[in-house]
Amino acid sequence: MASGTILPLQLDDLAFEAVGKRLIDGISLTIGGGPRTIILGPNGAGKSLLLRLCHGLLQPAAGTIRWRGPGAAGNGRRQAMVFQHPVMLRRSAAANIDYALRLKRIPRTLRRARIREVLDDTGLSDLAHRPARTLSIGEQQRLALARAWAAAPEVLFLDEPTANLDPSATRAIEDVIAAIDLSGTKIVMTTHDLGQARRLADEIVFLHRGRLLEQRPAVEFFARPLTAEAAAFIEGKLLW
Amino acid sequence: MSDIAHAFAAAFGLIVTRDPGLLEIVLLSLRVSVTAVALASLIGLPLGAAVALFRFPGRRAVAVLLSALMGLPPVVVGLIVYLLLSRSGPFGVLGLLFTPLAMIVAQTVLIAPIVAALARQVVEDLWVEYSEQLRSLGATPGGAIWTLLWDGRFSLVTAVLAGFGRASAEVGAVMIVGGNIDHVTRVMTTAIALETSKGDLPLALGLGLILITLSLIVNGAAFVLRDATRGHR
Repeated sequence: MASGTILPLQLDDLAFEAVGKRLIDGISLTIGGGPRTIILGPNGAGKSLLLRLCHGLLQPAAGTIRWRGPGAAGNGRRQAMVFQHPVMLRRSAAANIDYALRLKRIPRTLRRARIREVLDDTGLSDLAHRPARTLSIGEQQRLALARAWAAAPEVLFLDEPTANLDPSATRAIEDVIAAIDLSGTKIVMTTHDLGQARRLADEIVFLHRGRLLEQRPAVEFFARPLTAEAAAFIEGKLLW
Repeated sequence: MSDIAHAFAAAFGLIVTRDPGLLEIVLLSLRVSVTAVALASLIGLPLGAAVALFRFPGRRAVAVLLSALMGLPPVVVGLIVYLLLSRSGPFGVLGLLFTPLAMIVAQTVLIAPIVAALARQVVEDLWVEYSEQLRSLGATPGGAIWTLLWDGRFSLVTAVLAGFGRASAEVGAVMIVGGNIDHVTRVMTTAIALETSKGDLPLALGLGLILITLSLIVNGAAFVLRDATRGHR
């Protein structure tokens, strides 16, 4: 493992465009280590785009994305992402995790123990040898978490990981997220689900129409939103 | 009418008694085509995947070229390989002309584009689904080639079988570079062509029946395989 943290992550005047439309505009913010950051906002606010930009999957049209920590040089290997629709490779659950660890150049001798450990922590031990694509959607999402968590990333991006799940599966995912948080990995997660944001957030980043409206501790945000849009969103009014 | 019935009866006789002449031809055919398919897959699968994954100038043109080469006329391939392998050709010193190896080379040239073009399509479709996930996990395009070929294995079997079908059915290329020499380079298709023109219908028909049966088995296997793997998708 490289020494030193890669955080904080600093965005300056970030913009992203697709087919001539500006979908992310003028976002400047800093994400530090520690508390869980929830990127909140209605559908189409640009939450997923912002996450993909941070993770390096998209290139910004303007502005910069910089990892400012002392270990920033090796940032690519020390972040991971879980998608709303995770892609499971056509092999067993355990082999999916092994694949991710191999890409991070974890030696074979360490991989087996780590796979067993992370399957255990996500409650998937009994399914280790099942083809990943035959698992239920909830189990696949847990496996996606296990796969992302296995290499002990410093930062884990989660893009609406429970959007397609029923309450019990959502509960299982949130428990795993809490465990990942406890293990010391920084959680940066998007959601449009207010209840989930209340349950999980330490810090809220509130987006609306591609712009950053608020970034504040969750307790303050929910008690006294500063913008009319945030207030309306918290009250459950339709926002677009 | 009775001629045909007689020919069929004789053909079945040859098959049932495992006529050594017929068996020799069938085995050589299989050896040539299976080896050619293996080589063409070794070349075509990674090539098709690379064209699907790497962004380089002229990529579209290469993709179009691969598709166009799928329809290569076997006789033209035979002619080109003949020129390359003939005494005065660049590879003449190897003395490969009129050997099974020359036939393998010709069929490989014929079907590698088929395997490559079909593999490109399969891998490109998969890449749409996998791209973000694999990049997030830290895979390079070079590494993703093997991942996608493995994950597309069930669809790619169809590409390989298409190549085998084409190889085992063609006459032109093996006729030109093999020469249809008895006990040396005579395969099913060239034998059928020769025996028919000689009037030895039972042998031609017997070989024809085997060829059709082979094609049915290969396609049936593809179907069974696809059904068996449906649960894993």
